[in-house]
Amino acid sequence: MPRSVATSSRRALVLVVLGLGVLVMTVVSLMLGSNLLGVGTVLTGLFDPSQDVGSVVWGSRVPRTVLGLFVGFCLGIAGAVMQGQTRNPLADPGIFGVSAGASLAVVIGVYVLGTSSITTTLWLALAGAAVASVVVFGVAALGRGLSSPVPLAIAGTAVSALLIALTSYLVLSDETTLAAYRIWVVGSLSGRTLDGVDAALLFAVAGLVFAAANIRSLNNLALGTELAHGLGENLLRARLVGLAAITLLTASAVAITGPIGFIGLTAPHIGRSLVGGDHYWLLPASGLIGASLLLACDVIGRLIGGNAEVSVGVVLTVLGGIVFIAIVRRGRIAAL
Amino acid sequence: MTGLDTNRTAGVSAGNRAGRGVPARVVAVTVACLLAAVALALVGIAVGSSSLTVPDVVRTLFGGGSPAHELVVFELRLPRVVGGLLVGAALGLAGALTQTFARNPLATPDILGVTSGAALGAVSAIVLAGGSYTVGAGLLTLGLPAVATLGALGTAAVVYGFAWRGGVDSYRLILIGIGATATLGGLTSYLIARAQITEAAAASQWLVGSLSGISWASVWPVLLALVVIVPIALAQSANLGISQLGDDISVGLGVAVQRHRLIVIVCAVVLTAAAVSASGPIEFVAFVAPQIVRRLARTGRPPLVSSALMGAVIVTGGDAFARGVLPGEVPVGIVTAVIGAPYLIWLLTRRKERESLS
Repeated sequence: MPRSVATSSRRALVLVVLGLGVLVMTVVSLMLGSNLLGVGTVLTGLFDPSQDVGSVVWGSRVPRTVLGLFVGFCLGIAGAVMQGQTRNPLADPGIFGVSAGASLAVVIGVYVLGTSSITTTLWLALAGAAVASVVVFGVAALGRGLSSPVPLAIAGTAVSALLIALTSYLVLSDETTLAAYRIWVVGSLSGRTLDGVDAALLFAVAGLVFAAANIRSLNNLALGTELAHGLGENLLRARLVGLAAITLLTASAVAITGPIGFIGLTAPHIGRSLVGGDHYWLLPASGLIGASLLLACDVIGRLIGGNAEVSVGVVLTVLGGIVFIAIVRRGRIAAL
Repeated sequence: MTGLDTNRTAGVSAGNRAGRGVPARVVAVTVACLLAAVALALVGIAVGSSSLTVPDVVRTLFGGGSPAHELVVFELRLPRVVGGLLVGAALGLAGALTQTFARNPLATPDILGVTSGAALGAVSAIVLAGGSYTVGAGLLTLGLPAVATLGALGTAAVVYGFAWRGGVDSYRLILIGIGATATLGGLTSYLIARAQITEAAAASQWLVGSLSGISWASVWPVLLALVVIVPIALAQSANLGISQLGDDISVGLGVAVQRHRLIVIVCAVVLTAAAVSASGPIEFVAFVAPQIVRRLARTGRPPLVSSALMGAVIVTGGDAFARGVLPGEVPVGIVTAVIGAPYLIWLLTRRKERESLS
C-alpha cells in the first residue's frame, strides 16, 4: 500500500487547497451555463433576488451548484469507504450495483405507488441500495473474497445487469414511468430544486457520522483482515458500520440526481495520491475532490451540449470509464 | 493469477482431445441441442396473440395449411423465430470463441465491451439517421449492420490494445472491457437523451434486446455472417484447442499465435455485430450458452457447434416464453438477463471450492 510520508501540516495544506478548489468550482458553476454571467452579475443576483438575473441565479444556478456539491461530496466519501472496506481499487457504488439497486427501487415506487416525491424516493433508494450492496458483498465474500478486484467487480456487474433488466421491464411496460425514468436515470442536476433536500441531508449526515466512526477500522483493515483482527478490531461491526455509511451516502445522492457513477471510483484515487492512504485525511480529501469533480463535469455538460445540455451522469460515465481503464492499466490492481 | 493456472490444466485435457475426433458425449449434446432448437422453434411459431397448435404449424410449414394460418406462420412468426435462432447461434458461437481465446469464461462479447460498441454504432445510426425507426426501413437495414460492425471492431481493437502489455492477461482484458462498456454506454445514453422521445423509446426498447422488430430484411445479414464465419471458426478449432495451453506452448507446437488470435477475434466480433444489429444486445446468451454446453459435454473448452445451437435454444425459448407466458410484450433480452445474471452470480459464489470458473 503506497503510504505518503507527508507530514500532517502538509496534508492539512492539501485539504485547504482542495477546499479552495471547491470554492473556485462553485463560482465557475454559478457563472457558466447557457448564458455566461460575470462575477458581478452573479453577486447582484445572489444578493438581490428581485432582479431578472436573480431568478436565473436562484432558480437554476444555485440549486444545481448546491446539489452538485452535496452529491459529489457524498459519493466521494462513499467511494473512499467502499475502497477501504473492500481493499479493492475498483470499488465504486455505481460499478458495484448499489446505484442500480437504488434505481430499481425508485422505479418500482414510480410504477406501483405512482409517486416520485423526494421523500418516498429517498426511502426507496435507501432500501434498494442496502439490498444491492448486501447482495454484492455477500456474493463476493462467498466467492474468493472481497480483496480480489475481479470477482467483486464482476459480481457488481452481474447484479447491476439483473437489476437493470428488471428496471427496463418496468419502464418499458409503462409510458409515464419511462418519461420519469429517462431523465432521472442518467443522473442529472438540471431541473432539480432544493425542495425536500433537507430529508436527503439528514440521511447524508447520518452516513457521514458512520463514515467518521469507521475511519479507525478502515486504517486497521488496510493492514489486512487478520492483522486488523489481531489489533482488536471487531470485523463484523467494522463491516456493518462501513456498509451503513456506503448505503446512506449513496442513497441520499442517488435520490437527488439519479445514479451517478465513477465519482466514488475517481475521487479516492486522486485523494490517495495527494494525502496518502491514511483514512483520517483520505475521507475529507475524497469528499472535496468529489464535489469539485462533479461540478466540473456538470459545467462541461452544460457547455458541450449547446441548447440541450448533456447530463452530468453521462459526462461522468464517459470520462469515468476511461479513468477505470487507466487504473487497470497501471497494473497495480492488487496493490491496495 | 491462480485462476489461469487451473484453466491451463483444463486446457490440457481439451488439447489432448482436440486431435482425436469428437467425443461421443459432445455428439450427443449437439444432437440434443439441435432437437431442442427445432422443437422450440415450432413452439415459438405456435404461440402468440393468435395461437396455433404445433401440428397446425407443421402442416402449414409443409404447405398444407389454411390461408389464415399461412399468413400468420410465414409473414408474422417465421421471420421472428428464424431471426431468434440465427441471432442466438451467432451469440453462442461468438461467446464460445472469446471464452476459449481468452481462456476465461467471463470473457464474453458483453463483458469485453464489443456488444456495447455494436450497440453504440447501431443507436447512432438510429438516432442520427433522424427518421422514424423501423428495422425494415431501407437505409437503416443497409446501414445498421455495417455501422454496428464498425463500432464492434473499433471497440475490440481499442480494448485489446489497452489490455496489451507485452501480452494479454485475461483479467486485465475483462476489466478494461468493463471500463469500455461504461464509456460506450454513457455515449449511448447521451445519444438517447438527445433524441426525440419516440426515437428514444424505440432505442431503449431495442437496447434491451428484442425480436419484436425483426423482419426478413434484418435476418439476412445474420445468416450471411454465420454462413461465412462458421467454416472459418471450425477450421480454427484445432488451433483453439492448442492455444488453451498458453502462448509459449502454442508457438512451440507451430501455431501462428497472432494470426490465429486475429482470426478468432474478428470472427467473434462480426458475429456479435450481426446479432446486435438484428435484435439489439441480447445479454448473457454469449456467456451462458457455451458454459452450459461445456458442463453438459464435460469438455475443457466449449464445443463450438453445440454452443451455437444452445444459443439458438436460449433465444428462441426465451422469446417463446416471453410471448406465451409473460404478460405484455417482454423483450427476450430481459428474460435472458434474468436467467443469465443469477447464473453468473452462482458461478462466482462457487469460486472458492473450485478456485476457477472453468
